[in-house]
Amino acid sequence: MVNIKINGRDYSVPEGSTILEAARTAGIKIPTLCYLKDINAIGACRICVVEVKGARSLVAACVYPVNEGMEVFTNTPKVIESRKTTLELIISNHKRECLSCKRSGTCELQQLCYEYGIDENMFSGENPAVEIDDSAAHMVRDNSKCILCRRCVAACGVTQGIGVIGANERGFATQIASPFDMGLADTACVSCGQCIIACPTGALTEKDDTQKVLDAIADPTKTVVVQPAPAVRASLGEAFGYPVGTNVEGKMIAALRRLGFDKVFDTNFSADLTIMEEAHEFLDRVQNGGKLPMITSCSPGWIRYCENYFPDFIPNLSTCKSPQQMFGAVVKTYYAQKLGKNPEDVVSVSIMPCTAKKYEINRKDQAAAGIPDVDITITTRELARLIEKEGIMFNELPDEEPDSPLGAGTGAAVIFGATGGVMEAALRTAVWKLTGENNDSPIDFKEVRGVEGIKEATYNVGGKEVKVAVASGLANAKALLKKIRAGEASYDFIEIMACPGGCVNGGGQIIQPASVKNFIDIRAERAKVLYDIDAAETFRRSHENPDIQALYKEFFGEPNSHKAHEVLHTSYEAQDLYR
Amino acid sequence: MAFKKSAVPFSGTPEQEEKLKAVIAEHKDDPGALMPILQKAQDIYGYLPIEVQTMIADAMEIPLEKVYGVVTFYAQFSINPKGQYKISVCLGTACYVKGSGDIFNKLQERLGIGSGEITPDGKFSLDACRCIGACGLAPVLTVNDDVYGRLTVDDVDKILAKYN
Repeated sequence: MVNIKINGRDYSVPEGSTILEAARTAGIKIPTLCYLKDINAIGACRICVVEVKGARSLVAACVYPVNEGMEVFTNTPKVIESRKTTLELIISNHKRECLSCKRSGTCELQQLCYEYGIDENMFSGENPAVEIDDSAAHMVRDNSKCILCRRCVAACGVTQGIGVIGANERGFATQIASPFDMGLADTACVSCGQCIIACPTGALTEKDDTQKVLDAIADPTKTVVVQPAPAVRASLGEAFGYPVGTNVEGKMIAALRRLGFDKVFDTNFSADLTIMEEAHEFLDRVQNGGKLPMITSCSPGWIRYCENYFPDFIPNLSTCKSPQQMFGAVVKTYYAQKLGKNPEDVVSVSIMPCTAKKYEINRKDQAAAGIPDVDITITTRELARLIEKEGIMFNELPDEEPDSPLGAGTGAAVIFGATGGVMEAALRTAVWKLTGENNDSPIDFKEVRGVEGIKEATYNVGGKEVKVAVASGLANAKALLKKIRAGEASYDFIEIMACPGGCVNGGGQIIQPASVKNFIDIRAERAKVLYDIDAAETFRRSHENPDIQALYKEFFGEPNSHKAHEVLHTSYEAQDLYR
Repeated sequence: MAFKKSAVPFSGTPEQEEKLKAVIAEHKDDPGALMPILQKAQDIYGYLPIEVQTMIADAMEIPLEKVYGVVTFYAQFSINPKGQYKISVCLGTACYVKGSGDIFNKLQERLGIGSGEITPDGKFSLDACRCIGACGLAPVLTVNDDVYGRLTVDDVDKILAKYN
């Protein structure tokens, strides 16, 4: 611990902490823009400047370490004046369409301008027109709202280890873009959306598909069914004032019903279905000498990354479609048949914590009925926008239950939204099966829980050792796969999720500002919601889901049957890095 | 987005590629290796098109964007080759106040290319340059080693016609 003075008061703070962190422990918030904990400590934006006694000039609190006897002043007139000038310069070439900007109300720049009373017309000068990049399926980049903080660059290059965006040119001409200004769609971008949730302003946004949803609902000839993913219920509430880590499952279902969907189901159902197929695929590979380690295939960002960068691991990928796609496939086959409807007249909509799902719905071999399994997918943020737009008072909604027969899910399904969840869910069913369908077989596999980037465990299952690994965040996935490639590690079963922490921290979730993310682990808070739901469920193994049992009885026969393969499985192909 | 690929097709030879590979092998493990590799790559090829940048990125196991970001940061690197006729317009202070900016704009319009670019037939390339020490002749441009001074916008077509 070191002793320092902040604004004239004495504090004892941990050695090695920055002024920003030290001030926070003293209950003082220093504003930031470019700083993102662990990935972007570059001291570039100059918003976090403070005065340090004896220092030659103002220092950046986000990177300046404390030392014994240091005297810091966070709010002197000199500091305030400097921050104001910086803000005035930043907004001088900012496209100020704040009234209708998607980030209005959640924009970190807007919030700071409000706090510091910035007049938006202080400086005027050259304001070059910039091209909007809307080439990718999942997002839009409008650099006229970019403040060059490089948080997106760090998310792409550091968190994900990809780096398809960066700063091009220099000085006033600097733009964050792809190499040679090729559109994002032509790069090796995997559509994970981590850049979007890192962006402090409206420069990066998901492609908005909410109108497509409203149009489908308004069409009387269509039956519109919806599936919300497990992780959505762990974040949606944040858009309506609930603290991070609030379960709004019941209100979410009620809101979807009030939006006018004909049937409100749940991706939890198809998460259970995924486990039925995937656990049996794993057992089959183990028992019949198939390719191991088997790697999960739920995360389309990971799938695209594997096809781009690790095509030699394609035979290791489970052939199971993701839960979103399995759900859509069941809707267009089994459910349409049950309704006596043409699959074209059933619109399948998904609510996802994920932007890569917008890319996934148009992938090849994702059309069980000859038409896309999923017609429209919107993110958690788009759902929040729809709820607001339609005048639904979310906080006052009752808790409701999803519809039958595609709405029920077990505890194993809901934990899909957290890193390690798919692994744990698969182990629950696989171990039950391998121990002679023993209902006393273990349920909790706590070694694979938690937010660490790479987790490993070995389980003794029916006399056989099963080595598993779980990675989230693609930089971690890269490290794990390189070890396997080099022969330094070997496993039987691996779960990989593109986003750090899994879907709860997906690129489509409600955006939390850096002032929250730098001090609270939102991944852990949201994951807790899912594990709490799981712990309270009666059925905690996927094969115990009565509606899943009925689906196999009525339609698929058994897991990995010929019909199941036709409807629920898919294929992959290596991709060129720079098309 | 406008893909900023060079208008002239890449015509690198296997010999050039061998040289580049040797340069990368020599520097790959040095700290800050990218700068010397880029400088030598430009010596080998004369410019740094996407094909060369991709070779460097792959060999160094870094993203192409990292290479491109450095290339576009420094004025010494060019992603386009120079044309058969290399036109440089002085935008130094004296020339600029005498209207070289208008001459530069007219050339961009006539050639259909921007600063640092080359016409698709490889004939002309266009650059803005700093003071060439001929302020008495302002505004000034050069075509290879020929110097043209005391210009007006109307002279642009006459000069281009000499090389067409």
